[in-house]
Amino acid sequence: MQGIVKQYPGVLALDKVRFSLNAGEVHCLVGENGAGKSTLMKILAGAIARDAGVISVEGAAVEIDSPAAAQRIGIGIIYQDFKLVPAMSVAENILLGNEPTTNFFPFIDRRAMHQTAGALLRQLGEEIDTSALISDLSVAQRQIVEIAKALSRKVRILAMDEPTAPLTDHEIATLFSVIRRLKADGVGIIYISHRLEEIFDIGDRVTVLRDGKTITTCPVGELDRRALIKWMVGRDLENEYPRIVARPGEEILRLEEVEGKKLKRVSLSLRSGEILGLAGLVGAGRSELARIIFGADPRTGGRILLGGKDLHITSPHEAINAGIALLTEDRNRYGLIMQMSVRENISLSSLRSLLKGPFIDRSREESVARRFADELRIRPPDINAAVETLSGGNRQKVVLARWLNTKAQVLIFDEPTAGIDVGVKYEIYTLINRLAENGIGVLVISSDLPELLGICHRIAVMCEGALTGIVSGGDVTQEQIMTLATSRQEQ
Amino acid sequence: MTATRLKPGISSIAARFGIGVAFVFEVAAFALLSPYFFTPDNLLNVSLQASITAIIAAGMTFVILTGGIDLSVGSVVALAGILATSVIRTGVPFALALPLALLVSILFGAFSGAFAGLFITRFSITPFIVTLALMTIWRGSAFVYTEGRPIWELPESFSTLGSGRILALPIPTIVMIIVYVISHLTLTRTRFGRYVYAVGGNIEAARLAGIRTNRVLVEVYVLAGLLSALSGVLLASRMNSGQPNAGISYELDVIAAVVVGGTSLAGGKGTIIGTFIGAMLIAVLRNGLNLLNVSSYVQQVVVGAVILLAVMMDRLRKSSS
Repeated sequence: MQGIVKQYPGVLALDKVRFSLNAGEVHCLVGENGAGKSTLMKILAGAIARDAGVISVEGAAVEIDSPAAAQRIGIGIIYQDFKLVPAMSVAENILLGNEPTTNFFPFIDRRAMHQTAGALLRQLGEEIDTSALISDLSVAQRQIVEIAKALSRKVRILAMDEPTAPLTDHEIATLFSVIRRLKADGVGIIYISHRLEEIFDIGDRVTVLRDGKTITTCPVGELDRRALIKWMVGRDLENEYPRIVARPGEEILRLEEVEGKKLKRVSLSLRSGEILGLAGLVGAGRSELARIIFGADPRTGGRILLGGKDLHITSPHEAINAGIALLTEDRNRYGLIMQMSVRENISLSSLRSLLKGPFIDRSREESVARRFADELRIRPPDINAAVETLSGGNRQKVVLARWLNTKAQVLIFDEPTAGIDVGVKYEIYTLINRLAENGIGVLVISSDLPELLGICHRIAVMCEGALTGIVSGGDVTQEQIMTLATSRQEQ
Repeated sequence: MTATRLKPGISSIAARFGIGVAFVFEVAAFALLSPYFFTPDNLLNVSLQASITAIIAAGMTFVILTGGIDLSVGSVVALAGILATSVIRTGVPFALALPLALLVSILFGAFSGAFAGLFITRFSITPFIVTLALMTIWRGSAFVYTEGRPIWELPESFSTLGSGRILALPIPTIVMIIVYVISHLTLTRTRFGRYVYAVGGNIEAARLAGIRTNRVLVEVYVLAGLLSALSGVLLASRMNSGQPNAGISYELDVIAAVVVGGTSLAGGKGTIIGTFIGAMLIAVLRNGLNLLNVSSYVQQVVVGAVILLAVMMDRLRKSSS
């Protein structure tokens, strides 16, 4: 791809970008949100048209004007949200649109279909029942099915957008071995990820995009983490994490043998001004615990005390009134009302305080929104922009602003920096720090261990719905936490 | 990098504006084709004809904004009219009977809505099914209660509500205007209005933002039921009788008005002003075609085509902006 240009009204999304991919290579594409990675991939996939530039495959210029054209050339894209039909079987999905038919009648040859699908999965080194329904598979298995589907179309170029975001460490290892196999078969792989350590693990070359421009392309071996971040952000980040300045005070939230869906008698104490991390593997029950504290899911046993008083809440509405807030994982699905503006999303949980008679006081609502937009540096700074036009990091700030305006005493963050680029991550950490400084008790759920180690006073570790340990201090290692996260409770 | 940079404010103005333009064209066309069309008498007549369904459409807009639907409105119209006329006929002095009749009918409408809302929220049954069931239950009840016969022999004064005028304006038109002003203010400026949009936009996110979403849902169905009952009383008064088959297929006219007005059936997007113009556009069309002596059979075809056209234009404009 050479000299690729894409102009949107008011933004030059891609400015003469060049990108090349060799057969049997894993080429990582990195950059902050808004750098142009997704736009570039959409052009390659034929989903949007470029304004200028040349795309050539094996030396010959090609015209990719539709997704079908991309498919014919052998380009496959695996998006973050998979394009699979949940109610259909694995085999049906893999061969969707390419179903083998019987010799005499135009009927689908089911046997051939399962054979072909099974062979493709085995080629990836995976055993998945070809007659299982997609809806019964884990996220990791669905991803393998997506890859098999791409293979069935004889891909030579496979692009993967944040493939590891929903996976556990073990599943990531499996995915990487699949990628290595594809590489050995001569498939060129474009790998997009925010997790920098993966790039050093799996990548051959890396291209950094910033503000729609190609900043550099070089072999992974010539870079270290720090240099890579510098290329991405455009400046030297002194530290990845801000220094913790908050001092924990009195106990504010106390859980005593809390039970619920997936939870086994969790006892925990959070102090005001404290940042408490919650580590564990996906499925360990961390989000479930957060939802129970927030009243989003029912608690079946145990006690929750807030400021020393028994808390009886059965809905988020009551939790917010009590002073508890939750920034959910997957902010697009559970956090924001997409078609509403930044202003409306910020004021949503505190409208009661913005009333003048029966009506919402528009000027006060605007001044609140504007204050938070300034304070949290929400970009663009237009409080009447729909949140669907904002990048991931800015959306997260909008949700945060909403909760800050509710005067919560306990704030729970569920994966606060998932899908957010390095520069904005630092801002979010600083904000968490400042909240703690102001005496708020903060609970942070994260699958990013260095992040927890970098910003928390203490880290509680969960495994299979139970608390397996609490660690603190500067000398804790990732290995210690992983041991706790995988240690089954003997019952 | 984001592909779309349209502002919601502008797009919603465009949605209102687009249908408004179509409406102006329509009025101009009929004014040219029929000399009688653009006279005060006829225009007031159109507003009177539109008022019954338009009042219901205001309530339906709230329901559809939450992503729901209410099919029971036509049957509520019938049963509310029957309840009102029954109260009038009890022989209680009229000065007392009229407010009582209104109260009973509107309480029934609110009850019907609360019932629908509770079934939808407590048992997670889709609004389509719950209100479809209520539609036949209330319709059947109306026939059972009246034994299939209309309720006649009402005092002449009862018809004032539907046929009377204040300062030359038909009373139903005045009621309609009041309903629309209140609905518009409620939707755009109150907390409840904001919650309606939030629930329709993303119900789970709304719940996690502390909105009592079940309560909001019950409230919108209560509102729709209440306004349908109000319309039912006005209609009974205009006919000066309680008819068990009143309001049949009103739900379709009402939904058409809301959708032509630019409100998304998926919820979260739409305006009261849009619904008002949608209701007027359809009423003007019917009236204009009548004046031009187009047969009622042909009218149905034309109305259907116009609904498709209006919604298609709306889609095209939204996707091009």
